[in-house]
Amino acid sequence: MQIMALDPPPRQDMGAGRTRKKKGLLTRAAPFLRNRKAVSGAVLLVFFLFIAVFAPLLTKINPDSTAFMPLQPPSAAHPLGTTSMGQDVFSQFVWGTQSSLFVGVVAGVGAMVLSVLVGMLSGYIGGVVDEVLQLITNIFLIIPGLPLVIVLAAVLPFGGNLPMIIVIVLTGWAWGARVLRSQVLTMRELPYVESAKMGGESAWNIVFRELLPNMISLIFANLLFSILYAVLTAAGLQFLGLGDLKAVNWGTMLYWSDTEGALLSGAWWWFVPPGLSIALLGAGLSLLNYAVDELTNPKLRSLPLRLRALRRRRAS
Amino acid sequence: MRYLLRRAAFYAVALWAAVTLNFALPRMMPGNPMQVLVAKFRGRINPDALYAYAKLFGLDRHVSLWAQYWQYIGQLLHGNLGVSLGLYPETVSAALMQALPWTLFLLGLSTLISFILGTLLGMVSAWRRGSFLDAVAPTVFTLTGSFPYFWLALLLLYFFAFQLPWFPLGHAYGSSTSGWSFANLPDILYHAVLPALTIVVTSIGGWLLSMRNNMINTLSEEYVKVAKAKGLSDRRIMMTYAARNAILPNVTSFALSLGFILSGAILTEVVFSYPGLGYTLFQAVGNMDYPMMQGALLLIALAVLVANFIADLVYVKLDPRARQG
Repeated sequence: MQIMALDPPPRQDMGAGRTRKKKGLLTRAAPFLRNRKAVSGAVLLVFFLFIAVFAPLLTKINPDSTAFMPLQPPSAAHPLGTTSMGQDVFSQFVWGTQSSLFVGVVAGVGAMVLSVLVGMLSGYIGGVVDEVLQLITNIFLIIPGLPLVIVLAAVLPFGGNLPMIIVIVLTGWAWGARVLRSQVLTMRELPYVESAKMGGESAWNIVFRELLPNMISLIFANLLFSILYAVLTAAGLQFLGLGDLKAVNWGTMLYWSDTEGALLSGAWWWFVPPGLSIALLGAGLSLLNYAVDELTNPKLRSLPLRLRALRRRRAS
Repeated sequence: MRYLLRRAAFYAVALWAAVTLNFALPRMMPGNPMQVLVAKFRGRINPDALYAYAKLFGLDRHVSLWAQYWQYIGQLLHGNLGVSLGLYPETVSAALMQALPWTLFLLGLSTLISFILGTLLGMVSAWRRGSFLDAVAPTVFTLTGSFPYFWLALLLLYFFAFQLPWFPLGHAYGSSTSGWSFANLPDILYHAVLPALTIVVTSIGGWLLSMRNNMINTLSEEYVKVAKAKGLSDRRIMMTYAARNAILPNVTSFALSLGFILSGAILTEVVFSYPGLGYTLFQAVGNMDYPMMQGALLLIALAVLVANFIADLVYVKLDPRARQG
């Protein structure tokens, strides 16, 4: 799933953004709305964002409260049943969604910012700076993230979300930096960049005012991938029991359901919602990612329906 | 040759970075790591182990950081990774050498299966654009690719080991057999089915989609059209014309994604109590066993570097351009 982010969109798309006339929002969004992957991905993402934002309205029960009968299957009072400690799973799920999305989005944005800075500056400036930054990027790429994160999590004092976010940003930026660097390399020589250079623009301005706006789709794809990485890594760490075990999020829900033997007592309502949510959010993010890829690379688009029907007729 | 030399130099630098990071890790802890350890264990720690640890990391004397660093590298060169705090008096290298074959076996087997299956499926679904396979396979494996490894592992465990007792609940071999031998192979494979399935199902989508995209790109190349015009068989065009070139980027990403798959394998090992490096690392974290954590991290980094170098060798073999460059 990570490999997809590597495919840079075709070059010919790049300069086009400048000359294109301003279109209405609806006409611009049309290809996006016609793309099935984009729509289903967006729906999944919006669903979880909705839960996260409206968490206080969705449940009135305190997720930490242990006032209920333990291990109750779903019922009207507890739509997702209760844990072995007598907590309401629905309330935990709702607040856990908020917490997990928060970590995912903040760490994802952090990693993206770092990869934009490193990747684009390294690609544009070139020379020794590029060599050094590229070396660092490649080292971060090659040293496996999770084992490092696990050890860091064990060594650093872990309280609250901040250390986890820092650790995820530090291990998650390298892919994006590499992709963005190679894209900048292909755009560096384009006429409009050259003319900006002649006009005496600073490197910073050229990179962030001239190049950046034309790479938005790539950066957006990179952001989706970073958020996915952050959500999965955070959940993995929390599932291993690293991080704040008192916090309520998808990862700790799975940790407690596993250590309390929800699997063996058949309490599916406890371990299915958080795991399925991670999977669905992940699927939503990757679907959007592929959609961006398809929309910027016409070769990859699904065949038009008419052509498909034609083929089928010929085959039969 | 120059290409390989450049790569080798890069791996040397990366290894140095990993070693230095490893050196820095216990020293990044706030306060004195020794005091933290003593406090954590509240006297349960073996004083000999503590002393050995202090000596290994130069924490017992007031030597400069620089001197400690060289001492650390010297010890690594002698293969001395220290003594485990959790499994005292076993040495870290002995414990890791026991775990390494299991990870190599599990990861190697499942990555190979997933790479071959994913690449083949990607190839065929690009060749048959718009077919049923092309509609279903990418979508299904995108979804499974987003499954968190550990959750899929839990589900498989629940359904196929607990509800339906088809497979063992964990570990790499049964109680009657122990370790590696040819006679134990069926038992070892039997225990590897669920963990390997977890890794295959979650990693296959990446290969499939990138192969499909590469293949779509090569299929629109002129030489494929020429091959078609010459009237070559479909099978030949697909395999030896289009797929042969489309697979190159997959070999590169094979190397790069190894770290990701390894991360997933660690979580899988934990769920299945599979006695590989990931499980060892996890236990070391639970025991606050710093020497073991460092050793495992170093070995994992080393393994990934070696695997990447092998992928480079394969790439050079496959792509003549790399041989000249």
